[in-house]
Amino acid sequence: MDNNNLLEVKNLKKYFYLRSGFFFQKSAGSVKAVDDISFKIKEGETFGLVGESGCGKSTTARAILRLIEPTDGQVIYEGEDILSFPRKKMFDIRKKIQIIFQDPYASLSPRMTIGDIISEPMEIHNIGDKKYREKRVKKLLEIVGLNPEHINRYPHEFSGGQRQRIGVARALVLNPKLILCDEPVSALDVSVQAQILNLMTDLQKEFNLTYLFIAHDLSVVKHVSNNIAVMYLGKIVEVASSEALYENPLHPYTMGLLSAVPIPDPELEKKRKRIILTGDVPSPIDPPSGCRFHPRCPIAKEICSKQEPELKNYSEDGKKHLSACFFAGKSIVK
Amino acid sequence: MHISLKNRIKKDKKAKFGIIIVCVFVLISVFGPILVKDPYHFSIDYLRLPVAGHILGTNDLGQDVFARLVYGMRASLLVAISAGFLSTAIGTIIGTLSGFIGGAFDKVMMRIVDAFLVIPAIIFIMLVAAFLKPGIMTLIILISLFHWQGGAKIIRGQTLSLKNKNHIVSSRTFGAKKPYVLMRHIIPDLGNILVVSFIYNARAAIFLEAGLAFIGIANLSTISLGIIMHNAMKFYYLPVWIWWLVPPGIALSLILLSLTFIGTLIEKIIDPRLRNA
Repeated sequence: MDNNNLLEVKNLKKYFYLRSGFFFQKSAGSVKAVDDISFKIKEGETFGLVGESGCGKSTTARAILRLIEPTDGQVIYEGEDILSFPRKKMFDIRKKIQIIFQDPYASLSPRMTIGDIISEPMEIHNIGDKKYREKRVKKLLEIVGLNPEHINRYPHEFSGGQRQRIGVARALVLNPKLILCDEPVSALDVSVQAQILNLMTDLQKEFNLTYLFIAHDLSVVKHVSNNIAVMYLGKIVEVASSEALYENPLHPYTMGLLSAVPIPDPELEKKRKRIILTGDVPSPIDPPSGCRFHPRCPIAKEICSKQEPELKNYSEDGKKHLSACFFAGKSIVK
Repeated sequence: MHISLKNRIKKDKKAKFGIIIVCVFVLISVFGPILVKDPYHFSIDYLRLPVAGHILGTNDLGQDVFARLVYGMRASLLVAISAGFLSTAIGTIIGTLSGFIGGAFDKVMMRIVDAFLVIPAIIFIMLVAAFLKPGIMTLIILISLFHWQGGAKIIRGQTLSLKNKNHIVSSRTFGAKKPYVLMRHIIPDLGNILVVSFIYNARAAIFLEAGLAFIGIANLSTISLGIIMHNAMKFYYLPVWIWWLVPPGIALSLILLSLTFIGTLIEKIIDPRLRNA
């Protein structure tokens, strides 16, 4: 059953060590940006990763790509741990895993034409000659819904949505299997968000892509994902299929997040009871003891501050629904 | 950054002045020697005040001072361009490498830069130049060797901030190797800063060369603005000396001022916070 996992992240950890002192640097604690998380992504699915700002979502994506070296753990891509790869092998695997960045304004070099931008990965991997690259770029521009004639324009001549399309085209240029989408639509207008999301789902079908979709907006993630993991302060607190997560959230943090999603119907919006989480995300330098969510949790008991809950399966129908809470499923609406 | 350079220059009177002066300077240096007399030509017509044949008179060897002035401007420009280029090149190599590689390499390089920053360049160049034959090439190399530190620090700072820009990070996710990122992304993005660094280094080089020549650290058989002024000081008791001192002095001041104005203009274009200042 596990054979069709394209990517498996096992016990991934990324700690940023803080140092103090000038001459004799000593460790002054660490920021546990990603603390022992595990998840599996099946081929062809979209795996959503949600959480508040600063909970380690982007760090996870960067650690998978080894843009920052993880402290510990395994990232298994098609059965091989890419964290142990030597440089040469890593270089080849980079063709297969691509990333789309959040900010389409900053992720495209202002000094390069979009033709150069999109063909840059081909240039780095030495694929094809000039003619082939141009042909490929034009084809991709067409696929993502831009005019191939604009190949010699600069990024500033495009709107935000168009630039994100350029980013998508660049991610597709090497025929990757897995695309990490690091909040690809959060910098865009809502109407444009929908266009880009639809484009991404169309491309997924056409090229059999697998997405790791990172976002802080649950409604966006629900729209595209098959499975969703909820992160809080460097840990995964709940994993479930997107229907199960929305209909039957088990972790109080997930309930809180879902309750923050606005319903575009004023009547319904008025009637429903909202759970408003109080307080801020605690500092990851000094995370709370036990369950990291307990200072903000409306149903926390004594045990929550003493023991750390494990991620356990609570599903009854054989499907997976993992939650890390001692009181999983207990309603928090008073 | 998409500001029309033309419009900015139109508004900025100082920059306009600077650009015109630099253009005039370049024109004189390039075409002047065709028009003036041979500056090395001795004649018995020495220590003259300005007359019809010699606009600025002649010196103690009977050489035409105006011709020497034109050749002197040429020498200053040569020093400016070559020392400016060399020191910017050194600064760029050290700055981008230590910013980009980081870690221990960066720490060591920055301590070396700090060491160079506290060395008083003038005194050091004087000492070294006194040992070596102080020709114009020696001076260019010495000035470049002692005037790259400030630029290197600024370039390192910029490299550090560029390194984490998304378009450079994304280039790395595609597997780009460090030299590729450096040549393809970081150096082009540094563009404007390199221009400013070049202008300021060129200005400092002109000033240093003239100053050193003025106090006699130069090959006195060659011609430069500093050397003309150095010679003037030897004849301060005769009325001619003022004609040897003031014109090169004005030429020097004008070129330094113009370079400063142009530098400020480009700095303003780079840094939007300075734009209304």
